Amino acid sequence: MLPGERILSTAAIALPILAETEDSSGSGFHAPGIDEFFPPAIFGSTDLDSWWGFDRIMMVRVIMMVVLLLLLWLGIRRAKLVPGRGQNIIELGVEFVRVQIAEQVLGHERAKPYLAMLTTIFFTVLTMNIAGVIPFLNISGNARVGLPLVLAVWVLVVYLAAGVRKHGVGKYLKAQLFPPGIPWPAYLLITPIEALQVFVLRPATLTIRLLANMMAGHLMLVLCFSATNFLLLEGGGLVKLTSALSFAGGIFITLFEVFVALLQAYIFTLLASIYLNFALEEEH
Amino acid sequence: MIHADEATPNVLLPAGYDIFWSLVVTVIIGFFFFKYLLPKLNVILDERTAKIEGGLALAEKAQAEAASAKADVERELAEARKEAAGIREEAVSDGGQIVIDARAKAQTEANRIAENAQRQIDAERQAAVVSLRTEVGGLASELASRIVGESLTDDARQSRVIDRFLDELDAGVPSGAAGSRDQEA
Repeated sequence: MLPGERILSTAAIALPILAETEDSSGSGFHAPGIDEFFPPAIFGSTDLDSWWGFDRIMMVRVIMMVVLLLLLWLGIRRAKLVPGRGQNIIELGVEFVRVQIAEQVLGHERAKPYLAMLTTIFFTVLTMNIAGVIPFLNISGNARVGLPLVLAVWVLVVYLAAGVRKHGVGKYLKAQLFPPGIPWPAYLLITPIEALQVFVLRPATLTIRLLANMMAGHLMLVLCFSATNFLLLEGGGLVKLTSALSFAGGIFITLFEVFVALLQAYIFTLLASIYLNFALEEEH
Repeated sequence: MIHADEATPNVLLPAGYDIFWSLVVTVIIGFFFFKYLLPKLNVILDERTAKIEGGLALAEKAQAEAASAKADVERELAEARKEAAGIREEAVSDGGQIVIDARAKAQTEANRIAENAQRQIDAERQAAVVSLRTEVGGLASELASRIVGESLTDDARQSRVIDRFLDELDAGVPSGAAGSRDQEA
């Protein structure tokens, strides 16, 4: 399990405790819940079947996209042979994806056609994640299932297409679903698992891992800072001092979230490369 | 706050607009990366690689050139040293020859001068002998005529007497002078 996911469970334990505080004191403590991730619409409708709604998280996504593209454009606009500061940082990120992720997993030649996709995914995930600790945005663009899902489905489509293009439909499915070297009755068990794995579990785990990490991080931050607020303003006597503790926790979680943002972007891109590698392998 | 009467939304169930905005964001970022950022960066990176490789090749070439130039210089230097040594040796032997030549030349010159002097001395001596003989003859005959009186006035006799006298004188002088006088006579 990844650190962020562990935090999710920690949050799940912590939430009821603070919720009880709310019940016993009867004050206005704001216990963060699932509603945090379903803010009211800014325009349009936020119904499940609405295609044109726009709420705070959608706004964060658009803002972060604009910021990302603007920074990249500014950094690369006058790209030179001898890079300046901005160009250096961008090259560092792009090179990281290429060398440390794609070429590490796929090899130099096989990685080439997928570099653009992997780089896009890495930067998108990282940018949206980091919004979770940016003041006034305060929530990750990946804290709603849509974006992780879209990225995961993109990966799914690309690795299926890569496998089919390389081996042909029949051979690819045979290699994926009927791995060689096991007695045939085992296929009764293995084939459904592999089918589920290839078509559902890989994209689903990509989606849920990222979504859950971002939701958990946000809950932890809200918890720490609203607890600090509550303890400081409404706590009596020495209880006020405990707010320092929850505030320090908030600072710590903020820094931790920066790390998680990077880590999740790395993991998402790394797993995408690994799934591509499975599809491109000669023998399963 | 979660209200009891409101259904809790399912976080795993994507709403249409959630998908829509996710697609918008992904497509725009993807477009930017695929069409602008990565091609541009790749051009730069390729150019840089080429430049670095070119630079390395150039440096290697320059190094090889420098090495060959150094070898040339050293070879030329060695040649020059050898040549200088040869020239010095030649000069030394030439010098020796020149000294020997000069010495021989000086020797011949000295010999020639000495010979000239000797010849001049001989000539002058001859002249002196001739003039002396005339004078001494005159003096002697005058002296003799004075002593003997008129007996020797006869020319023929006088001449014979003088010649005999001189012959007697000649017998007492070196043979060279006598020889030359004999030729004259």
